Amino acid sequence: MNKIFLSLSLSLIISIGYSQLPNINLKDVNGVTKNLSKFSNNGNPIIISFWATWCKPCKAELNTIAEEYDDWTDETGVKLIAVSIDDARSSTRVEPYINAQGWEYLVLLDPNGDLKRAMNVNNVPHTFLVDGNGKIVWDHNNYSPGDEEELYEELVKISK
Amino acid sequence: MKKIILFFLVFNLSTDFFSQDGAPGVISGNIQAIGQYYQEDTLISAALPEHLYGFNGFANVNFQKGDFRAGIRYESYLNTLEGYPTSFNGTGLGYRYMSWTGDGVGVTIGNFYDQFGSGMIFRAYEERQLGIDNSMDGIRLTYEPKNGIYLKGMIGKQRFSFQDKLINGNGIIRAFDGELNLNELLDSSNSWKLKATLGGSFVSKFNTDNNTTLFNMPKNVGATCLRMNLRYHKIRFSGEYVHKINDPYPDQNENFNYIYKNGEGILLNLGYSTKGFAIDFSAKHMDNMLWRSTNVNVGPTDLLIGYLPALTKQHTYNLAATLYPYATNFYGEIAYQLDVLYKIPKKTVLGGRYGTSIAVNFATAHAPERKFISDMSTSRNSYTTSIFAKSDSVLFQDFNIEIKRKINKKLKLNLNYFNFIFNDDAVKVAGYYKMIYAQIAVLDLTYKINRYHSLRFETQAMWTDNDKGDWLFGQIEYTFSPHWYVAILDQYNSGNSDLNKRIHYGLISGGYINGSHRFSLQYGKQRAGVFCVGGVCRTVPASNGLTFSFTSSF
Repeated sequence: MNKIFLSLSLSLIISIGYSQLPNINLKDVNGVTKNLSKFSNNGNPIIISFWATWCKPCKAELNTIAEEYDDWTDETGVKLIAVSIDDARSSTRVEPYINAQGWEYLVLLDPNGDLKRAMNVNNVPHTFLVDGNGKIVWDHNNYSPGDEEELYEELVKISK
Repeated sequence: MKKIILFFLVFNLSTDFFSQDGAPGVISGNIQAIGQYYQEDTLISAALPEHLYGFNGFANVNFQKGDFRAGIRYESYLNTLEGYPTSFNGTGLGYRYMSWTGDGVGVTIGNFYDQFGSGMIFRAYEERQLGIDNSMDGIRLTYEPKNGIYLKGMIGKQRFSFQDKLINGNGIIRAFDGELNLNELLDSSNSWKLKATLGGSFVSKFNTDNNTTLFNMPKNVGATCLRMNLRYHKIRFSGEYVHKINDPYPDQNENFNYIYKNGEGILLNLGYSTKGFAIDFSAKHMDNMLWRSTNVNVGPTDLLIGYLPALTKQHTYNLAATLYPYATNFYGEIAYQLDVLYKIPKKTVLGGRYGTSIAVNFATAHAPERKFISDMSTSRNSYTTSIFAKSDSVLFQDFNIEIKRKINKKLKLNLNYFNFIFNDDAVKVAGYYKMIYAQIAVLDLTYKINRYHSLRFETQAMWTDNDKGDWLFGQIEYTFSPHWYVAILDQYNSGNSDLNKRIHYGLISGGYINGSHRFSLQYGKQRAGVFCVGGVCRTVPASNGLTFSFTSSF
């Protein structure tokens, strides 16, 4: 038993650290089903940010990035996917909010937390930076003003 | 422990067989741990539990290899935190599943969460902060026979409580859902300006729980649901209708005690949005929609099959969120909500250099008009209602405005006004049992000192002649990006008619964040109140003490 456990542990350890995006279907605000594991940005990085219409720091983060988003995409080719965890009570607010704010992100709806669970998100905001190979290279579970600068530095690093 | 090892072994071996790409599997997970050390505080009626410490811990471990996934959640309640459902005790496995997908077919065995439409007919979900977890334990199949057709079928029992292991309820749930996305189905329709999705569900429960010999209780109860989503240019419409057959529950109110009336739910939403402007209107008719997998008395959030969304905005400012929050009244309600969002363009006189966002929200909920028919010795329907026929009895009303403006590169301003009417005679949340009229104003300023340092200042005031009277709230928060924060806050019941109850609830908290790891410490008093997430609320007792929390993922 011990030997089995040891070899098992080893095989587990080897696989830790390799990341890929989960095979989960989510709808965008137009009702079109998208699968994150099949999502590609032509080898460019992707930012995945979990948020909700009732989460103030989440909105502060995404509104701050929105001001610089054009520059970020020009420089690094990055795409941002904003995953809303609003449930049926507030999911109808998502589209009005993103339009009123003028966000140009791809917004996906995760009303029952399927992607949230698959990506081991405890609470929002939680932001991931994914490189061109689908590997998570950086994540941050909070937002304070200034955090977007760190994200930008990481983004520039993997875009070189 | 052996079971866990075996579990991992089984899926590790089996995935080697199915491995096609030779890529290693991925292990990931997260943990959340909250510990509290309690102190007695007779002033705020915070009792000291005999175990002195409370602890809730949750750890998920997921394995993924190609299209195969499996995972467990280990839970510890040692002892359960004060205010959390007391039916959660001990330490052990609370959730385990395996799933695989391929060729349009998906299989899940073990625990899973799912939702049909808005969730009125079926929603298995976890809201950990409230202690809600009604995960299914059984088998789920999903099938996409063609692009645009999504079918689901599932059968299982529901999680009920936790006593060193997962405890399921007795009832069995069978649920089916089909969804048709016309634009995905018909290639020619891709160019249509009209986008349409149609859906339908059937959910039935079987349970023999029965605590009365007086009534012939239905053992099988079914519910059906139809829904549609339409979109044309910038206009969006969605509608959902649920019908549930006779499903009697015990109730302290004689008019609702073991009644055989059918349940009904209608949810409508119409919205228009474009860059910088959005308007959104929702309407809801809900009658007799309590929907559990048992027909005996259980805790308010136990064994619920359906989720009844509240048509109100979820507030985040302390006084607005926790003093008089509203949750759907499952006896029935007629509710309406209107939202208008507008962003005054930047570089205009009114909008300022960066633009100004304005959000107006108005929500009401009334009890339905019920005509009682005194048939309690025969058919026991108790009363009749008509669709969207409301009575004069206001359950809740909320009018609020939010104005957000970036003044300059360093300063952001957020102003809020709230006006509430809260019928505590019907809702019975505040313990006042009369109408409550309250107004709240909030000023929230964020000042960015430099790239790393910022300061946030928040002040709130509530005015009311009812219940506990006026409240004041103040908070100062200092953040040092990307790792540190510290905050100090105080709630003061300045207008309590009992001078001895004009109490300050002071709290200090601080935290350290590094990537996905987050530690926080909090010390101080928390008042008894209502804690809500997603329109579902739980009352929490007052407490005084030290709280430690840690979350991390890998």
